[in-house]
Amino acid sequence: MRFNTIVYCLKQGIKNIFRNKLFSLASISTMAACIFLFGLFYSIVMNVQFMVKEAESSLCVTVFFEPGTSETRISVLGQQIAGRNEVSHVEYTSADEAWDSFKDVYFEGNEEYAKAFMGDNPLINCAYQTIYLSEASMQESLVNYLESIPDVRKVNKSELTANSFADFGMLIGYVSGAIILILLAVAVFLISNTVSVGITVRREEISIMKLIGATDFFVRAPFLVEGILIGLVGAAIPLAAIYYLYGSVISYVLEQFSILSSVMVFLPITDVFRSLLPVGLILGVGIGFLGSSTTTRKHLRV
Amino acid sequence: MSPWGSRKLFLRGDIDCIYGEYEMIVFENVSKTYETGTPALNNVNLKIEKGEFVFIVGNSGSGKSTLIKLLLKELEPSGGKIYVNNKLLNRMKRRHIPRYRRGLGVVFQDFRLLKDRNVYENIAFAQRVVGTPARVIRRQVPSMLSLVGLAEKYRSYPKQLSGGEQQRVALARALVNNPAILLADEPTGNLDPRNSWEIMRLLEEINKRGTTVLVVTHNQEIVDAMKKRVITMHKGLITSDEKKSGYHQ
Ligand SMILES: Nc1ncnc2c1ncn2[C@@H]1O[C@H](COP(=O)(O)OP(=O)(O)OP(=O)(O)O)[C@@H](O)[C@H]1O
Ligand SMILES: [Mg+2]
Repeated sequence: MRFNTIVYCLKQGIKNIFRNKLFSLASISTMAACIFLFGLFYSIVMNVQFMVKEAESSLCVTVFFEPGTSETRISVLGQQIAGRNEVSHVEYTSADEAWDSFKDVYFEGNEEYAKAFMGDNPLINCAYQTIYLSEASMQESLVNYLESIPDVRKVNKSELTANSFADFGMLIGYVSGAIILILLAVAVFLISNTVSVGITVRREEISIMKLIGATDFFVRAPFLVEGILIGLVGAAIPLAAIYYLYGSVISYVLEQFSILSSVMVFLPITDVFRSLLPVGLILGVGIGFLGSSTTTRKHLRV
Repeated sequence: MSPWGSRKLFLRGDIDCIYGEYEMIVFENVSKTYETGTPALNNVNLKIEKGEFVFIVGNSGSGKSTLIKLLLKELEPSGGKIYVNNKLLNRMKRRHIPRYRRGLGVVFQDFRLLKDRNVYENIAFAQRVVGTPARVIRRQVPSMLSLVGLAEKYRSYPKQLSGGEQQRVALARALVNNPAILLADEPTGNLDPRNSWEIMRLLEEINKRGTTVLVVTHNQEIVDAMKKRVITMHKGLITSDEKKSGYHQ
């Protein structure tokens, strides 16, 4: 294809946008509204997933051993446990470390009382392994396994039932997936509606072009450029808005619900945008392209 | 500017018939009935040679525009065969149609200018379609416009022009690519006598340089004066076809 033709199609596409200002404006705002809602849900989902992950990764099981179990035996068992799939890592706390951290907390401000225990660790049988899980849903089976080891005296599992994390994550995934699907359907419907409003002018224009000898491609290319540009602008505006609003919304939420600030850890905007930016732009361009290509194809048979 | 009629018809494809190299347009028993049931052409037989100048006259509704539309492949015949430059139009592949149409120049009875482009762009569009380089377009469009006497109006939009002015833009667009065949459906229908004559002289000039010209017209005076081949139609039939003739019904 000639360079001339490419330049012409690009120019014409841009001109088309300004030629049908009302139509372009309607399309861009429809697109912008949909991409904005999409971005909103996308950010929420990403943050919830992030929080669930955070909570999951701090989820751990503590294992205490029968009195008299040797340190070597305990570390062998620790390695054995660490080798399992559902286990992310294992931390060993010796009896002395356990006592040190206990007495720091318990005798805070009255350190001299702790001296009474000098050389005699009351927690001598309380060495423990802390096992961090890589997957919250596996806690149940891990606990069963641990309890079946003869040297194990006691297994403390997390207060929160591990399954609730997994369930919550799944629920969020499904709900947001459904909402996003509905949004996309609405976007396509609205775009095709606005496109067909502007089509009467085009129908005539297209048929004249074809009678003069223009190829399908030559007739369509400017319309496709137009659709893609509308999609691009329609996506860029809401994405920019989200980029600038994100921080203030989060600080507002943390301010209003300060009790939650310990539970809620938000992702920085750059992390959200690493995927939201390409996804949003591709979505906008894709919808714009689809809208213009389907509507022009209908009118090409002249 | 390259010689008139320099644009080739068909660059590929086999020859479909046994007509000689002189025949440009051949109708064999062509009929056209619209979906509404109106019979517009009834068993028309016609041969037009390369380089001929032909007037088509006849009452309103006699099928003149239908004939032009069949040649442009805007319509398909209900029966019969149409050959252009030895190529059977009925069987032409869809993807070859644009290439075929580029060899034709057409002035539509209702002009069919692109409403949202100015005069300059309307004419330039026909050149863009055939891939003319931008610098050639910039040179040829203005010279085409002065040829039809519209040099000053190049920035106007179709709705800002009079009927006659729009008609001349349509003619400029039809001529700008040096077509092998010019199909003009009432190209002077909205023009005063002086302008009509100028346009007819222009068409004659173009014909002399090689383009086959078909002109549909109701202008009796011009037809009588120019002494060209005249095909008269009536209710979808060719009722007379005479060389160097005048207007009669
Ligand atoms: N799109 C159409 N649908 C149905 N009937 C049509 C259509 N176009 C034309 N006709 C009919 O076909 C017949 C021939 O029409 P055509 O346009 O070829 O006439 P014409 O000779 O060009 O007339 P005029 O001199 O008024 O332009 C007429 O009876 C007309 O009513
Ligand atoms: Mg007519």
